[in-house]
Amino acid sequence: MNWSDFSHAVFNFTDYAQLLPLFRDSLLAGAILGLVGGLIGTFVMMRDLAFAVHGIAELSFAGAAFALLVGADVIFGSLAGSVLAALLLGVMGVRAREKNSVIGVIMPFGLGLGILFLSLYQGRAANKFGLLTGQIVSVDSTQLSALAATAAVVIAGLVLIWRPLTFASADPDIAAARGIPVRTLSLAFMFLLGISVALSIQVVGALLVLALLITPAAAALQVTAAPRKVVLLSVAFAIISTVGGIMLALGGSIPISPYVTTLSFLIYVLCRGVGAVRRRRGWTVRTPLEAAHA
Amino acid sequence: MSATSTPPGVAVASAPAVSLRGASLAYGPRTLWDGLDLDIAPGEFLAVLGANGSGKTSFLKVLLGLVPLGAGTLAIDGEPARRGSRAIGYVPQQKHFPPDTPLRARDLVGLGVDGHKWGIRLRGRAYRKRVDALLAEVGAASYAKIPVGMLSGGEQQRLRIAQALAPNPKVLLCDEPLLSLDLHHQRAVSALVGRQAKRNGTAVVFVTHEINPILEHVDRVLYLAGGRFTIGTPGEVMTTEVLSRLYGTHVEVLHSHGRIAVVGMPDRVLDGHPEELPGAELQGQP
Repeated sequence: MNWSDFSHAVFNFTDYAQLLPLFRDSLLAGAILGLVGGLIGTFVMMRDLAFAVHGIAELSFAGAAFALLVGADVIFGSLAGSVLAALLLGVMGVRAREKNSVIGVIMPFGLGLGILFLSLYQGRAANKFGLLTGQIVSVDSTQLSALAATAAVVIAGLVLIWRPLTFASADPDIAAARGIPVRTLSLAFMFLLGISVALSIQVVGALLVLALLITPAAAALQVTAAPRKVVLLSVAFAIISTVGGIMLALGGSIPISPYVTTLSFLIYVLCRGVGAVRRRRGWTVRTPLEAAHA
Repeated sequence: MSATSTPPGVAVASAPAVSLRGASLAYGPRTLWDGLDLDIAPGEFLAVLGANGSGKTSFLKVLLGLVPLGAGTLAIDGEPARRGSRAIGYVPQQKHFPPDTPLRARDLVGLGVDGHKWGIRLRGRAYRKRVDALLAEVGAASYAKIPVGMLSGGEQQRLRIAQALAPNPKVLLCDEPLLSLDLHHQRAVSALVGRQAKRNGTAVVFVTHEINPILEHVDRVLYLAGGRFTIGTPGEVMTTEVLSRLYGTHVEVLHSHGRIAVVGMPDRVLDGHPEELPGAELQGQP
């Protein structure tokens, strides 16, 4: 493949104006997933669950592959797999170390199961590939409403437990001493996380879920620690990545996930740079007391 | 002299902030303490001393309502102890926050104001006012907007105290809050806690393995060792005879330049078989 073939496959904007309206549903789906990913990502970072997200995604993949094999709904299969994995992790591992080893055990098992189911599956190869690398371009309006409804449930759940979850994530010991149901909150969060992972797999695929659930929040944390700004930036970065990724991918002939992951990676690199400058300029300079009281 | 006698320098009229009667706690065959009668008055500063494993932290957990008593009763501000009581503020050991924790100093304090409430914060003015007042109270206003992960241990402990004071607690429980702080910060944090007791009438229960940084603020000492305990003023408890009897072996208590050193403390407390040790009458000594 020479450069012109490559650039033609990756960026192709002929007939863009005609193409764009056709993908309205996909763009909306991307925006919804960006919103969910950006919101839940801040808690994933706070609770140090990046590796858990990866493990949940592999089991979600196994569930989806099983559904594909037996002719059931793929989205339902992926939801079942990831919620099950998330709750399992929530119940089993309390300490981070323990959690990581449990994930390390579960993840390859899930991936292996998924590969088994896929290799038994006789249908279209594109379906198989989509589970790993994303398939949002094929979203139709029924799927879109289902997606929107599920996302609304996740967001409503997060908003409901927002403050105690923040407390329990930042400082579980004190939160427990203050009577916050730390363990119940942890399970509730894992449940919401499981749903979010299953949704995100629809866009970027099981292998690249971290680009939606981790990278935007990690980028936001590089430039600010103010809780509201972290959430706003994280959501903005995630939506820019998904919607921007889909728009760039429209004309090309490759899946959208590379666009989404590249955008979110570039945003992260940019934020790291901004954060480094901010630190050098004295992020931690104490204001003199007179100024603070003024 | 009974263990529940009124401590020196504390008004008699006010009801006790903490009241323990015949309290005991055991894990399996191992008795941590037994027959503990103790009233802590508002504004009193009680230091809880003892070797590792003597039940200091369990004592705090009982007060927090996280561990039930084996026997006896406990009242906090006249109410039975329960988990999440607003009458209690809790300051834990200094714990390192990861540098990318999405909280600034003021947000950490804010968790004490409304972090236990469901939902998101809709109206923020009263919240901001309260956080500003708490930050000023502990002298942390100058770093209010700095991420917690970038603050020093001493600064973080000030914030934890501010957080613990948010619900105006009757009792402030401190679990080794000076650990891993340098001498300067140890002194500043102890002074802050001592001032809270004297000025605002908050009872303080201060668990520590090192009495010297807080010595000037302490009213009474609860010394735990090997399933037994003794209660009294520092002058009464921190003596060669009392601690030797408590440990069941000779330890030497040295006083020098207003500091106390305990020499020859057994490495391992003789826990597990307190009934074999004579001297249960130690309670309430001297």
